[in-house]
Amino acid sequence: MFGYYLELAFRSLRRSLGLTVLMVLAIGFGVAASMSTYAVFRAMSGDPIPWKSSKLFFPQIDVWGPASRQGGQRGDGLPADMTYIDAMALMRQHRAAQQTAMYPILPTVYPDDPAEKSRAVPGHAVYAAFFAMLDVPFRYGSGWSSADDGHRARVAVIDSQLNQRLFGGANSVGKAIRLDGHSYRITGVLADWHPQPQFYDLANSNAFGPADQVFVPFATAVDQQLPTNGGMGCGQALPGPGFAGVLSSSCVWVAYMVELDDAAQVASYRSYLNGYAREQQQAGRFSWPPNTQLRDLSRWMDQMGVVPPESKVSLVVSFCLLLVCMVNAVGLLLAKFLRRSNEIGVRRALGASRAAIASQFAVEAGVVGLAGGVLGLLLTWLGVAWMHGVLPRQIAVLTRIDPSLLWQTLLLAIAATLLAGLYPILRATHVRPAMQLKID
Amino acid sequence: MSMQIRPILASLRKHRIPAILIVLEIALACAVLCNAVFMIGQRVSDIRLPNAIDQAGLSSIEVQGTDPKQAGDDIPRNLAALRAIAGVKAVTAMNALPLTNYTWNGGLSTHPDKDMLNKRIVGMQEYLYTAGGGKALGLKVLQGRFFNADESAGSKLDSFMPAGHVVLITQSLARKFWPHGSAVGKMLYLGDKFSYTVVGVVADVLRPNRSGQGEQSFYYSAFFPLQPNDSALSTYVVRSAPADRDRVLREGIKALSTLAPNAVVKGRTFSDIRDKYFADMRSMAWMLVLVCAVMLAVTAFGIVGLTSFWVGQRRRQIGIRRAVGATRGQILGYFRTENFLLSTAGVLIGMLLAFGINLYLMQHYEMSRMPWYYLPTGAVTLWLLGQLAVLGPALRAASVSPVEATRSA
Repeated sequence: MFGYYLELAFRSLRRSLGLTVLMVLAIGFGVAASMSTYAVFRAMSGDPIPWKSSKLFFPQIDVWGPASRQGGQRGDGLPADMTYIDAMALMRQHRAAQQTAMYPILPTVYPDDPAEKSRAVPGHAVYAAFFAMLDVPFRYGSGWSSADDGHRARVAVIDSQLNQRLFGGANSVGKAIRLDGHSYRITGVLADWHPQPQFYDLANSNAFGPADQVFVPFATAVDQQLPTNGGMGCGQALPGPGFAGVLSSSCVWVAYMVELDDAAQVASYRSYLNGYAREQQQAGRFSWPPNTQLRDLSRWMDQMGVVPPESKVSLVVSFCLLLVCMVNAVGLLLAKFLRRSNEIGVRRALGASRAAIASQFAVEAGVVGLAGGVLGLLLTWLGVAWMHGVLPRQIAVLTRIDPSLLWQTLLLAIAATLLAGLYPILRATHVRPAMQLKID
Repeated sequence: MSMQIRPILASLRKHRIPAILIVLEIALACAVLCNAVFMIGQRVSDIRLPNAIDQAGLSSIEVQGTDPKQAGDDIPRNLAALRAIAGVKAVTAMNALPLTNYTWNGGLSTHPDKDMLNKRIVGMQEYLYTAGGGKALGLKVLQGRFFNADESAGSKLDSFMPAGHVVLITQSLARKFWPHGSAVGKMLYLGDKFSYTVVGVVADVLRPNRSGQGEQSFYYSAFFPLQPNDSALSTYVVRSAPADRDRVLREGIKALSTLAPNAVVKGRTFSDIRDKYFADMRSMAWMLVLVCAVMLAVTAFGIVGLTSFWVGQRRRQIGIRRAVGATRGQILGYFRTENFLLSTAGVLIGMLLAFGINLYLMQHYEMSRMPWYYLPTGAVTLWLLGQLAVLGPALRAASVSPVEATRSA
């Protein structure tokens, strides 16, 4: 029966070609607009570490007090970064399953070959736990040990790109790399690793920026006075000159991430944070009651505005367009089906059940949906290609058409058309055979 | 015309669902159109934001991978090399340029205050430049003057702030601090440690990115003089005639590469910087234009389709009306009036919906309020679109011959 309905559908669609083309175009455009903006949205809002995102948390402490909040700030207005003092206190007390303080660095790599150019490479100063917390994949070697953190060893982990440039891709573990005039021993080379959005340091780095190429121990970086490549927010003039002044100041510039494995750990860490803030209040450092926050990765990404309102608004607008297209399809399908009231009457009089009529027209709507979907796919492909031209490169490379987007597009088109067809189909099944036969 | 409204309403009551569909479609289209056009307008005005520097003649060159300790030697040498290129009008070294997303924020206040976080403080971008920077950027002095040679030579960085005691501020920043009266000669403070005399007010220059609150804060920039000996001055700014710009940039990159063979030297024109900054907005604006065009087309064709269906269904009735004396004009008028009534209902609902969508976007996506005139403009657009779309089917209806009355359906 399905084959027959399919044939009927094609015949009917051909008979009123104009109307059919119109419907297919409308569905195609609606679907394409929605799917191409969705592709961008998906690229920007995707979970960069799905197997672990619910265990990674980002603590915040109100170090500047309520007077610093002038209103209008995003979210609760707590600084996204910590002071060096607080970050070090939390690291020392070591109350989470794993934790790391970090800050972005931009050391210059001086190559041994004088013909080579020296370049500033982006990276992060982190603790040893960083690599385990994020399941960072290594090609050669591994991260450094906590003992290296402890005695401020000059060790480094580099990424495969830097390894390619400096060592031709060979195993460079144990070799030396010169960063800002000092030599560091390489303990590991990363496999290709460029999570996007770059989620571990949203407080300081661009979520869609270039990949980090070098990692060094936090304590070593501070020891070497590597300046931060991120923001530095200060509430008061520095208490002393230079790097030492920054370390003892209330300036916020250190990002902090903890791993908490279950709800009990989360609850106890939350109360620990509050307790810490209360101690600071009692010690006279804060003159306000404890105000702390602990967000998991997805809430943290929301809070930091990883997905710009622009692409959310685009998504809303394109789904509105799809809605307009669907309403349009309802009208046109209705016109199309009711025009054939005679035919329906004859079929009903000859004994066809309502279900049979419904499936006949559902097949016809489905064919329109499928055609719209194929057109939509084509247009989505064009749309994504166009966005590659106009979007910033870092985001454009993330926006791609993959199998899941393909079938989602087709599914959306067919579902939208069938949904739009519901009412017209219902009307068609309620055509009264007697009325139609009488007029004829 | 008014004689016709009653029968039209009666007929619409019989075809309730298709009528509701048309109304709904027009309402949705009107709502989305108003908001989309409003958003396009906002993007376009952002892309066109004035920025009082010589945007067409500036290029920037960055040198990466040199020893920061050598900055005191490198910067004057590089500036001299750039100045020697034919066609270069002026050069300076800066910490950042507008629209590069490389911010260097500070908070200034009209009163000295140990605590730098209070409501009196205004966040601003700190632009640092070496002697002659004002001319190199093409800043427009509205009141007061540029820095003199002593002021430029005497200033160095002390924990992120220039230790010199002079500042140039933009007009917007001047108005923020002193809404009435002149800013020149007044004092500004950063904490209780740094104080600056305002020596001049310049026309508005954009910050490296939109940070802070309110539209006007994009223009909260301040300029400070600095000695050419700090590695913070990593951006060389070269000014030339727009026609020479690309050649000057190429030669500048070559000259600095020769001076520092191991460094990575990169350059781009300010036009490129600006284009890149607004690329998102431009693509968003084009996407919205596309959405509007598709939506208007879909709506128009939807009206054509449904009205054609109606005309087809009512051929016999039209024939009868024609047979009993209705003119073609009257038939035409019937369908146009019908469409007018439906459109009116549609745009009324649509304007409400548009207002609602705008409120929703304001609440969730940092959108600003849509001015009222977008609503009637959108309404009139859809009215016209409806009349245009209905014209074809209505003309076909008008051409139905009275003979149709005698035929069976």
